[in-house]
Amino acid sequence: MKYALLVYSKPGSHESLGEVEREQATSEYMALANDSRVASSAQLQPIETATTVRVQNGRTLTTDGPFADTKEVFGGYYVLDAANIDEAIDAASRIPAARMEGSIEVRPVVEH
Amino acid sequence: MVGLLRDFDLAEEATQEAFAAAAERWPRTGPPANPRAWLMTTARNRAIDRIRRERTLERKLPLLDTPDAMEEEIDDRAIADERLELIFACCHPALSTEAQVALTLRALGGLSTLQIARAFIVSEETMKRRLSRAKAKIKATGIPFEVPAPHLLPDRLDAVLGVIYLIYNEGYSGRVDLAAEAIRLDVLLAGLMPDEPEAHGLLALMMLHHARRHARFAGEDLVLLADQDRDLWDESEIAAARAILERALALRGRGAYVLQAAIASLQTEPQIDWAEVTELYGELAELTGSPIVELNRAVAICENGSPERALALVDSLELGDYRYLHSTRGELLRRLGRPEDARAAYRRALELSSSRAEQRFLERRLDEL
Repeated sequence: MKYALLVYSKPGSHESLGEVEREQATSEYMALANDSRVASSAQLQPIETATTVRVQNGRTLTTDGPFADTKEVFGGYYVLDAANIDEAIDAASRIPAARMEGSIEVRPVVEH
Repeated sequence: MVGLLRDFDLAEEATQEAFAAAAERWPRTGPPANPRAWLMTTARNRAIDRIRRERTLERKLPLLDTPDAMEEEIDDRAIADERLELIFACCHPALSTEAQVALTLRALGGLSTLQIARAFIVSEETMKRRLSRAKAKIKATGIPFEVPAPHLLPDRLDAVLGVIYLIYNEGYSGRVDLAAEAIRLDVLLAGLMPDEPEAHGLLALMMLHHARRHARFAGEDLVLLADQDRDLWDESEIAAARAILERALALRGRGAYVLQAAIASLQTEPQIDWAEVTELYGELAELTGSPIVELNRAVAICENGSPERALALVDSLELGDYRYLHSTRGELLRRLGRPEDARAAYRRALELSSSRAEQRFLERRLDEL
């Protein structure tokens, strides 16, 4: 089954790490991206670069910022092919954001 | 069956068909050598037929590789493994606690949906929906029917035991004896995992409490342990619980449930060894870091003869408006000969209490001051 691992980080948590720890965390993110079970992944640029688009009554409304102001910020995702949710949970638990006051949402992907 | 098929509804239907087939055949041909295995094979084959027709679950079912499995391959060991897998699936952390409790009672407790609904004081429709949402989540999110890998097992077993203990603490509700159900479930679990001391520890703990249930109330009034009529205790249940606790201790169990059971066992002795109880609460407090355990340790310290030390400990705890904090303070202050302070503490406890029996008990204490 394919699972989306949605990475929510506490803002500044990665940047405020010491150089060695930051490099270590970065390499962990990359290692997962290169994992043979990961079909796709992306790291998003910081939340300040976000723009939100809605269409109401045929008009496109564009606003600066993310869709909601949240404590934890969506920073990227992985799509992981795993045998079951425990395998996905295991991979999610190793994502650095999870141990730095962030959260990883794990949700199965609809497969057509 | 559920473990094999990863689908409750299909398992139920296939099993019903198997029973129907048995009811039709066995009177004619006589029952088979191993009826359970026959039923399992038949149910499995019925399910396979249906799946081949419906094609919806093909890729999830390992048994499609061996559609002609012989009866002899399915034995009680397989059934036992399946039930264990079922327990861990029902109590998977991806499910809400409510769902875990309902599923466990339905799949393993053998309670009907109506009985579970009554026990938790919701409508049958509500419980039906809760169960089908939970089953749907198991299917949709790929919750495995597996005994967790060794590095996950301690936490997952803890979760299972937590669900069972939750069920136990519901007690007798809506004409359903959930305490008895919980004990039955833990007997099952301990039988399936005989080397897990915490499974035995929880069982001993529940049985020790259960054995004293008739002495806990005199009419509507709460009766404290010290004042309970021991003739109302089920001595054979206590003895059985102690034997189970021994097994847990022999397995070098030193976890939270084993410790609590050891404490409960000491508290059912005619002369309570409060020094030992204090030690055990200390060990439990270190293990869990729980201020509530510390509160209980304070009570033991007081019973062991040091009410001042007990009060000092209680006053150092961060328990906010936990009602037993205030009732404990009341008791300690009463014993220290400080009736005004005791009164204030009991009043606070009264404000925070939601149980009629507790309120009556606190009111009596206030009157006695």
